[in-house]
Amino acid sequence: MITTEHYLVLSAILFTVGTIGVLVKRNPIVIFMCIELMLNAANLTLVALGRHFGQVNGQMYVIFALAVAAAEVSVGLGIIVAIFRTKETINIDEVNLMKF
Amino acid sequence: MLILFWILALTCVGASIAMVVTQNPVRSALYLVITFLCVAVFYVMLSAQFLAAVQIIVYAGAIMVLFLFVIMLLNLGAPQALRERGTLQPFFAAVLGTAFVVMLLLSNSLVALSKVRPAAPPEVYVPLGTVEGIGKNLFDPKQPWILPFEITSILLLVAIVGAVIMAKRRIQDHTP
Repeated sequence: MITTEHYLVLSAILFTVGTIGVLVKRNPIVIFMCIELMLNAANLTLVALGRHFGQVNGQMYVIFALAVAAAEVSVGLGIIVAIFRTKETINIDEVNLMKF
Repeated sequence: MLILFWILALTCVGASIAMVVTQNPVRSALYLVITFLCVAVFYVMLSAQFLAAVQIIVYAGAIMVLFLFVIMLLNLGAPQALRERGTLQPFFAAVLGTAFVVMLLLSNSLVALSKVRPAAPPEVYVPLGTVEGIGKNLFDPKQPWILPFEITSILLLVAIVGAVIMAKRRIQDHTP
């Protein structure tokens, strides 16, 4: 018997792995992948809780989160390409255009 | 069913940890595909069939192709392209991550959702996740989803234009 708590614990672990990845990695593309992982964990929570309460609203939120994630990735990767063309590197430590 | 859940959960968490640990961005992307596919199977097990299909098409298809395309374009496939510096940062990240996951698990187990409120029976939630159920709810005038749906189309348009502009423009380098 799989309870809703199983899914909640799993998505908590996935979210934490994504958070650690964002903190540790130097490659912005991998950081984006970790953000996608965190979004997926949140989506899993929404779907599991939607099933638990017998409502479809959780899945609706997931559809909109998918659209936002797709938009975010396309713009973010465009920014990474632009930074790479300007600075010839995308190491997150050397990209400090916005540092005052 | 529970055995399937555990196999998939271990695969999912293992692939995500491997994604963070490995130094090669291409391998990170492929491990992330494994994670996405596991999440899609979880959606099927949660009787959200439409979302499972969308997960595979959009995430494992479109977004991962975009990632791999950018990695290929920027020639970051070599493992030595971005060597991580040896700092204390992974240690602190591991400590903070452990604290974070303990906090999340405590909040989950303290709620004890199934005891406070039992889960809905299958005849309630099974028809919700099909294409028919999703579509009827998404375009139901009594539900508040039509306006977000229209705004999402504008968001995607803005994202298309923004991606084209960001990829075309050359950022001015202000560093001396």
